[in-house]
Amino acid sequence: MIRIPCPYCGIRDHSEFTYGGDASVEYPTLDATAEEWHEAVYLRENIRGMQSETWHHVNGCRMWLVVERDTTTHEIRSVRPAHAGMAKALGMPEEESG
Amino acid sequence: MTRYSAWSVFLHGLMGQRGWDRAWRDPEPRPHYDVVIVGAGLHGLATAFYLAENHGIRNVAVLEKGWLGGGNAGRNTTIVRSNYMMDGNRFFYEHSLKLWENLSHTLNYNVMFSQRAHVTLLHSPPAMDAAARRYNTLLLTGSDGEIWQLDTLKREIPHLNYDNARFPIVGATVQRRAGTARHDAVAWGYARGADSRGVDIIQNCEVTGIRREGGRVTGVRTTRGDIGAGKIGLAVAGNTSRLWRMADLGRLPIETHKLQAFVSEPLKPLLDHVVVFGVGGAHFYISQSDKGGMVFGGDLDWYKSYAQRGNLPIVQDVSECATSILPCLGRVRLLRHWAGVMDMSMDGSPFICRTPLENLYLNAGWNYGGFKASPASGWFFADLIANGRPDPVIRNFDLQRFERGVNIDERGAGPDPKLHG
Repeated sequence: MIRIPCPYCGIRDHSEFTYGGDASVEYPTLDATAEEWHEAVYLRENIRGMQSETWHHVNGCRMWLVVERDTTTHEIRSVRPAHAGMAKALGMPEEESG
Repeated sequence: MTRYSAWSVFLHGLMGQRGWDRAWRDPEPRPHYDVVIVGAGLHGLATAFYLAENHGIRNVAVLEKGWLGGGNAGRNTTIVRSNYMMDGNRFFYEHSLKLWENLSHTLNYNVMFSQRAHVTLLHSPPAMDAAARRYNTLLLTGSDGEIWQLDTLKREIPHLNYDNARFPIVGATVQRRAGTARHDAVAWGYARGADSRGVDIIQNCEVTGIRREGGRVTGVRTTRGDIGAGKIGLAVAGNTSRLWRMADLGRLPIETHKLQAFVSEPLKPLLDHVVVFGVGGAHFYISQSDKGGMVFGGDLDWYKSYAQRGNLPIVQDVSECATSILPCLGRVRLLRHWAGVMDMSMDGSPFICRTPLENLYLNAGWNYGGFKASPASGWFFADLIANGRPDPVIRNFDLQRFERGVNIDERGAGPDPKLHG
């Protein structure tokens, strides 16, 4: 079991979360070219090692998180809210992490 | 190569089993080969075999970082079927099933292919209708398919949960020619067949770099020295993205995920077929091995990983599926469970294709389906490497299909690798 320190809820089992995907993907503007959209939707770094990824605490606070995790050891380096504005609105410190 | 036969088994029995040859050599790598295949799994070994057998290309090396058949070849549930529905998949997998049907003879090696029927349980009348459409498509492919009503199913598999299931069983779709095979024997059979035709299988030889000159590759750097190559084929599912980066080619429409499988303690004969249960979020497949162990599996672990070890929530999910359709397994103990790393592609379908480099070829993206595909994968990959152009059957197994809008998405799940079960 991976244990994810959720900034909102504390340490929880990963079975409470769903995995989103590669957090480094940046979606282009709606009027971007088909090539740019193809790259964002279909192509992945597929890193072996520490990667940045999104998790959704779907059976918890339902917040999206950005997690730095090693894809070979599953060690978690850091966790932060995916939406800084949301965290701020909830009165959380700016640099909250696990 | 000693030809295996009933007579040779009898004769060596009289001689105390002392006269057998090694099944394949353990050669030192030579400085240059016409073709270098990276990865001595089922796909790499099958490719080398068909390069020699179908195309007469024998100056071939297969490089393997561990031991042959030590990756996903030994980490699967050995199911073989061709009940695919989409253009691009169905003729390919049917070709594979036809190769399976004669594989023991082709290789002179008993791969223990057992056509015990693949039975997909259905749980509602609309599911029966949808399955009828799917199986009619199978008949149009030239394959086989049947619908079993409940009375037939109860006669064939009496101990499924017909009484008290959360999702009542109403029937099943069946492919009788589908079944299971002995996974190690497939690797060993292809290895022996390729070796006897002149292919060098070099184990404990990890590729650490790919040499490029402009738009071509010239060889590989390995832990056992540089090896030159006229052509290079990559067949390293799970680690494709890493080799792709070694060739400085950027990103691929692939993520690496791990998939678990399980085997129970051996039991007396219990289940004669492959049974598949998939409804309401469940995903489960089970058969009984020739040693009596119940071999089964379910979903991915749901997050990207290169670790070849599984996680407990899936053990629980899969066990729940097992006992919900086969309550008689409730007291059976697990013997082992393991995980393999899969190339999960963006549409759940594979790649057998040319690459941006002229003489580099790619075989990747097998998702859950690599075992059953291995004979046809080797067959068409060898043809691609030998002739430099894809056979029409695999014309949409290329990396550009997403740009063309030709997603071969059997499950209709969209471009998210973890969803293609």
